[in-house]
Amino acid sequence: MFDNFPLWPEQASSVAASVDALYIFFLIVSIGMTALLYFILIFFAARYRRQPGIKATPNEGSLVLELSWSIAPMFVFVAMFLFGAVVFFQERTPPKDATEVYVVAKQWMWKLEHMEGQREINELHVPVGQNVKLIMTSQDVIHSFFVPAFRLKTDVLPGRYTIMWFRATKPGTYHLFCAEYCGTQHSGMIGSIVVMEPAQYQAWTNGGSTGPLSVEGEKLFSELGCATCHRQDAQGRGPALAGVFGRPVTLEDGRTVVADENYLRESIMDPQAKIVRGYKPVMPTFQGLVTDEQMGALVAYIKSLAPAKPADVLNKASLTAPDRAAAKGGQAR
Amino acid sequence: MSTPAAIVPAVEREDYLNKEYGVWSWLLTVDHKRIALLYLASVTFFFFIGGIFALLVRLELLTPAGDLMQADTYNKAFTMHGMVMVFFFLIPVVPAVLGNFLIPLMIGAKDLAFPRINLLSWYLYIFGGSLMVHCMLTGGVDTGWTFYTPFSTAFTNTKIIEAGLAAFMAGFSSILTGLNFIVTIHRMRAPGMTWSRLPLFVWAHYATSIIQILGTPVIAITILLVAAERLFHLGVFDPKLGGDPLLFQHLFWFYSHPAVYIMILPSMGVISELIACFSRKRIFGYNFVALSSIGIAVIGFIVWAHHMFVAGISLYAALIFSALTYLVGVPSAIKTFNWTATMYKGSIRYDAPMLYAFGFLGLFIVGGLTGLFLAALGIDVHVTDTYFVVAHFHYIMVGGTLMAYLGGIHFWWPKITGRLYPEGWARLAALIVFVGFNLTFFPQFILGYVGMPRRYYQYPPEFQVLNILSTAGATILGLGYLLPMIYLTWSMRYGKPAPDNPWHAAGLEWTVQSPPTTFNFPQEPVVTWEAYNYDEIDDVHPHEEAPVAR
Repeated sequence: MFDNFPLWPEQASSVAASVDALYIFFLIVSIGMTALLYFILIFFAARYRRQPGIKATPNEGSLVLELSWSIAPMFVFVAMFLFGAVVFFQERTPPKDATEVYVVAKQWMWKLEHMEGQREINELHVPVGQNVKLIMTSQDVIHSFFVPAFRLKTDVLPGRYTIMWFRATKPGTYHLFCAEYCGTQHSGMIGSIVVMEPAQYQAWTNGGSTGPLSVEGEKLFSELGCATCHRQDAQGRGPALAGVFGRPVTLEDGRTVVADENYLRESIMDPQAKIVRGYKPVMPTFQGLVTDEQMGALVAYIKSLAPAKPADVLNKASLTAPDRAAAKGGQAR
Repeated sequence: MSTPAAIVPAVEREDYLNKEYGVWSWLLTVDHKRIALLYLASVTFFFFIGGIFALLVRLELLTPAGDLMQADTYNKAFTMHGMVMVFFFLIPVVPAVLGNFLIPLMIGAKDLAFPRINLLSWYLYIFGGSLMVHCMLTGGVDTGWTFYTPFSTAFTNTKIIEAGLAAFMAGFSSILTGLNFIVTIHRMRAPGMTWSRLPLFVWAHYATSIIQILGTPVIAITILLVAAERLFHLGVFDPKLGGDPLLFQHLFWFYSHPAVYIMILPSMGVISELIACFSRKRIFGYNFVALSSIGIAVIGFIVWAHHMFVAGISLYAALIFSALTYLVGVPSAIKTFNWTATMYKGSIRYDAPMLYAFGFLGLFIVGGLTGLFLAALGIDVHVTDTYFVVAHFHYIMVGGTLMAYLGGIHFWWPKITGRLYPEGWARLAALIVFVGFNLTFFPQFILGYVGMPRRYYQYPPEFQVLNILSTAGATILGLGYLLPMIYLTWSMRYGKPAPDNPWHAAGLEWTVQSPPTTFNFPQEPVVTWEAYNYDEIDDVHPHEEAPVAR
């Protein structure tokens, strides 16, 4: 895989072929344009070189020529823009069925948490053919998650989530680079993406799990006393959270926001920022009390609370008792 | 226009160089030509410093392992390379040296509108530069020239404030120069020098000045905010303090993208002069070339977020900025086509300045077209923050700006110094620079597409061959840049005395003696001819084979 003189990166994701096709289209247009202009320049330079007794022929410009070489590139540009935008939409629209991985970047390592509970550092195992959505945040400075073989890259910011998705198409081990300069060991903040056959992946999954991420989140939810107010029966001081993920929420000031990962995160870190209509701004901030990894678990848990699943309600019921006790401690802080 | 016959008198004439002697006659001068020479010396000094850092970076990258220096040292090396080259070389180089020297001469004025402010600009530049050198010698900075937050405000412990202040002062120097040029071009034109008779060099500088005075204050404010967050924990950019790191990137690129046009537009002006003179023709589509400079300046202000497609901006913002970026390609294409068309049925000579102009076109075409790749959202996601970007902007900012600057310096050298440069050496240098440049930066396009991120101190071994090629090219390129420094310096003393108009070029600057007198024109000129009237000039001097003394 690692030759000494690669001219082309491996194609290992569902979008890689489209990006390469786009790139080849641009290469053809620009090589053609460069060759044409170089040819004309060299031809003119040779054909009209200074010769004794021959004077330059004056010109006064030509409106037709000016308009045509101003307008013609625009058509090419429109094609380039549209082609580029189509591929971008493909790169940026995560399919609904994607499994999720929470990514926390810090100087100078990558921490990755699977929904099933596996935790990895600088290495991400994924099955071939599976849509994977990365929910990423940084503990310190800006980083960037870059996998050349996937042709994908997204910056990872402190204080918010950025989303990236891919579907690996070829088993193998691929570079993971940090592409946004982040300090001393920026070039050491590298890792690998291990794409495995589903069976192999299954075997890998069976070892090393500490239980699903949402279960960890559930535990935190109870330890931090969240359930005291965010009660299942919607009678608490805070809104019930079952099924809230992905739904529009009406705020106190009449605006509507979609409760995505970033909204959930913000509501935990800065609860006063966007108050849900009908509720009082009584929630304390959890800034400094919840690490980025714990935040991932909490978000994963809230997302797992689908309204239609009776099993969840049962889970909830079993939670309430110990929550009360924990709630006092949590709120006193 | 009838060009005065080229006379080299036996008795020394008085000119701006020999009128006064002594250190103070230079340090307190308000003569735009002497200030231009002060800038010439200072930007050359900073080019040398920036070049040394570039060489260190390229040497480290010869091998995949980090072996020549520490990671922190490497990070400081590329940061200092970027900051010195951008703020202290590329931005001032053409306007402050050639623009300063030529604009009054080209429009028939005895100086810029505000000669003292012109000197103040140079002092601000020098204070900023000294601060930069001091910062460099006492520890340096490791953020990259982009100062991205929150790394720069909360995580690095290097000399951010000092480097920021240096850039801040250089910025004010740039604002004052731009202001001076705008007022000069509006108010100081000789009778008959209408807007449509202005050399395209002047149009290009006018457009540049607009960017300088509108854009630079934004970076100045941004630097102050970074300093305030760093010193007083004012939460502007750091999310821990309630700030937004993307706000920094918006503000930074709002200036720093137009800054690329501050670097390239004046060079485009130089190229128009060179191509017209060495093709003996009026520039094809004068109006279109002139207005495309203004077009670039205006559209250049609304494309900044194309630096942020993967930074966390919304999908729709990305779409809009991608589309606008293509729009800015149009005026650049117009210029390139018009320069090419100017050569049609011309009478072309390949003197060194024209070789540099050819070099400019060759590199600018590649740089411009690869800009289209980066404007395409689908490709940018993959290649942004890789060596593809590094290659692209070096093709524009170094291939473009520096080629044109060298072409311009050779072209006007006889006027500036009163001496001729050695033509053979100059042609050789132009060739070496072109070859060295392509060998340095072309492999980086490939390197970027295969995935090598920029600002990497060590890298996976499969990237080594391309890096070796690049370093080899940089060595050749370094040699190519040293040559003109040597022979031009030599020619100041030993070069043949230059006639007043060695190229039989059009333009008011060639109607005065070489070097000019302090107030440029014996009496105020009255312009009755169009720009680039090569047709008329060549009727007076019918196509002599060698108008220039070799």
